[in-house]
Amino acid sequence: MLFMKILWAFLSVGLLGAIFGIGLYVASRFFAVKKDERIQQVVEALPGLNCGACGFAGCESYAEAIVTAEDVALDLCKPGGADTAMKLGSIMGKEVEFSAEKLVAQVHCRGGKETAEYKFDYEGIEDCNAAMLLYGGAKKCPFGCLGLGSCIKVCPVDAIDYDEDGLVWVDRDLCISCGKCVDICPTGVMKMIPYGADVIVACNSTDKGGVVRKYCKVGCIGCAKCTRSSPDGGFVIENFLAHIDYSKKGERSAALADCPTKCIIRTVKEVKIEESAHPLEAVAAQDSHDAD
Amino acid sequence: MKRLSTFPKGGVHPPGRKHLAHSLPLQNASIPSLSIVPLSQHIGSPAECVVSVGDVVREGMLIGKPTGFVSVGIHSPVPGTVKELRRIHLPNGVQTDAVCIELAGEFDRLGKSQETVEWENMSAKELLDLFAQMGIVGMGGATFPTHVKFSPPKGSRVEFFVINGVECEPYLCADHRLMLEKIREIFEGLRVIRKILDPEQVLFAIEANKPDAIEAVMSYCRQNVLDVKVMPLHVKYPQGDEKQVLKALTGREVPSGGLPIDIGAVVSNVGTVNAIYEAVCLKKPLIERALTVSGGAVKNPANLKARIGTPVSQLLEECGGFSEMPEKIVMGGPMMGFTVLDLDTPVTKGTSGILALTGAEIRSANQTACISCGSCISVCPLGLNPRLLYKLVDHLDYGGAVEAGLMDCKECGCCGFVCPAHIPLVQGMRLGKRIHLKNRKKA
Repeated sequence: MLFMKILWAFLSVGLLGAIFGIGLYVASRFFAVKKDERIQQVVEALPGLNCGACGFAGCESYAEAIVTAEDVALDLCKPGGADTAMKLGSIMGKEVEFSAEKLVAQVHCRGGKETAEYKFDYEGIEDCNAAMLLYGGAKKCPFGCLGLGSCIKVCPVDAIDYDEDGLVWVDRDLCISCGKCVDICPTGVMKMIPYGADVIVACNSTDKGGVVRKYCKVGCIGCAKCTRSSPDGGFVIENFLAHIDYSKKGERSAALADCPTKCIIRTVKEVKIEESAHPLEAVAAQDSHDAD
Repeated sequence: MKRLSTFPKGGVHPPGRKHLAHSLPLQNASIPSLSIVPLSQHIGSPAECVVSVGDVVREGMLIGKPTGFVSVGIHSPVPGTVKELRRIHLPNGVQTDAVCIELAGEFDRLGKSQETVEWENMSAKELLDLFAQMGIVGMGGATFPTHVKFSPPKGSRVEFFVINGVECEPYLCADHRLMLEKIREIFEGLRVIRKILDPEQVLFAIEANKPDAIEAVMSYCRQNVLDVKVMPLHVKYPQGDEKQVLKALTGREVPSGGLPIDIGAVVSNVGTVNAIYEAVCLKKPLIERALTVSGGAVKNPANLKARIGTPVSQLLEECGGFSEMPEKIVMGGPMMGFTVLDLDTPVTKGTSGILALTGAEIRSANQTACISCGSCISVCPLGLNPRLLYKLVDHLDYGGAVEAGLMDCKECGCCGFVCPAHIPLVQGMRLGKRIHLKNRKKA
């Protein structure tokens, strides 16, 4: 009796399984939606970060748009850069020209608690846009980094963080050039620079030199010394603020050394060797640095 | 005793503290030697400056002309010379150009007896144009151009016109004083409004904590046999918001994203009605307003008629300065007002009060984590979920916050008032709205 019961159970479940299986097969056969295979290929070629820098909701919808709509450009993926654009081109059978150098974001301000003047102590939401609603932020300088880290929150790959001086800094090797931080920054101090840029003018203030002097020790005063020290470096003074034309590949280290307010800084920080560390370790660190 | 009507959902009972100033008559504030007149004092596009540095201006002369329909004129509050055009921040986060006028010359209007002008022959259209020219905006704080509010879409019927004398914000008494001292002017202004809107019914809403004002308005209506229904309302914040007033008076609810006209009503503050009277009957543009200077740190609280553009510092000085060091200076009421960080900030058309508050009054504390107690949900008069909205804004999901009703929030501050974790909820709402509007503009 028991054996029969078990057998019936097996048989009935097996029969049900068979019926559903046939049903599924029929459904997959007759209700199948034809999907372009290339969509899957494109999705695989994209980095899969879903950062939204292309203007679409994510990698999947960009891929769909590329395949279904004819006029969608193939070079919109900023994190992927030239490589991805080429891959997309080969999948879609189109010629893609991608000459632009990879851009990365960087904060053009080094005014912190010690160097910049503040109007008041800000208490409230830790968000630059929120602080901006209050008399344009706590800093006297209306152009500088407010330091509340809206960009840190919005970065999809955690490329932005406070550095050892407590100032916001972008790690250019992690940055995928999606530009989200540039969009959210209320003062416009976050700007895109070429990946290979050696120095930046870390100031965003277009006030006159005398005014800048009053509220920041490390602001650009527009003295134009950099244009004289490194005439081929592409330094241009505009609205009392030095800009760098990165298409000029000349030497910029003289300007770096001569800048009176030290607002021209390197994009890659020098490796600091802890003096208090054990002498042997310091030597080892020096060696490994040299080996690089 | 009949129960007074109020809005059914939410609301809080902050300490009123109106006794500091409610019995003090309105006085003229002294004229500022340097007026700072912002060109964007209203909702809508800023006025366009029509003077340049060095120009001599007369009292009440147009210095900013309206640009577009949702915009009003800005006038010089004092006679003098234009000293500079300055970019300033207003406490509500607006950045605007301001005309700085140094006092000089003679007053055309101040201290002279005013002739009333015949206005009965003017058409409604002419009157509305006059409002825009004279710079009339809602004086309750939102500063929405009145001529826009009084131009209901074709086909809509104005069943109710409500004069809003609720003044539910603690400390503020300026509207209260206007109702006591300018009652004739207010009802003269009402005649102008009747001509424009032709409402079926006029209601006068006053919160029950102002019995003398209720009595004054009622007896004025009786004496002059006016068809105005005076409605005392239960004391509860934010009773004075137009949506809450309408809910209490008519039982109807303004739909989400809608305007009072959608339910057949128009609401105006008593200050606005008084300004309409002055603009139409005295041809006086909006160059001064009644406001309350009060708070625990002010030596002699007062109700003042101050010129637009008067720096906050001067009004505080006029009230005897500080009796103790204030912890915070607020422009507007303590619930909805904005912190003033720069005492050169000028009085604008929307400034209903200047409060210097002591540490005990502002109850500042450190923010802690949300404990999901739901207090904010139970006090929100609009039935929103402030905790959820704040969370969404904090996680940069502005679209989600808008879907959850962010744009309906009117920043009344009830949620922040009750939050036991001291989370800056209203600041979060303001931030979310601002970013949403910015994103929408970009798209």
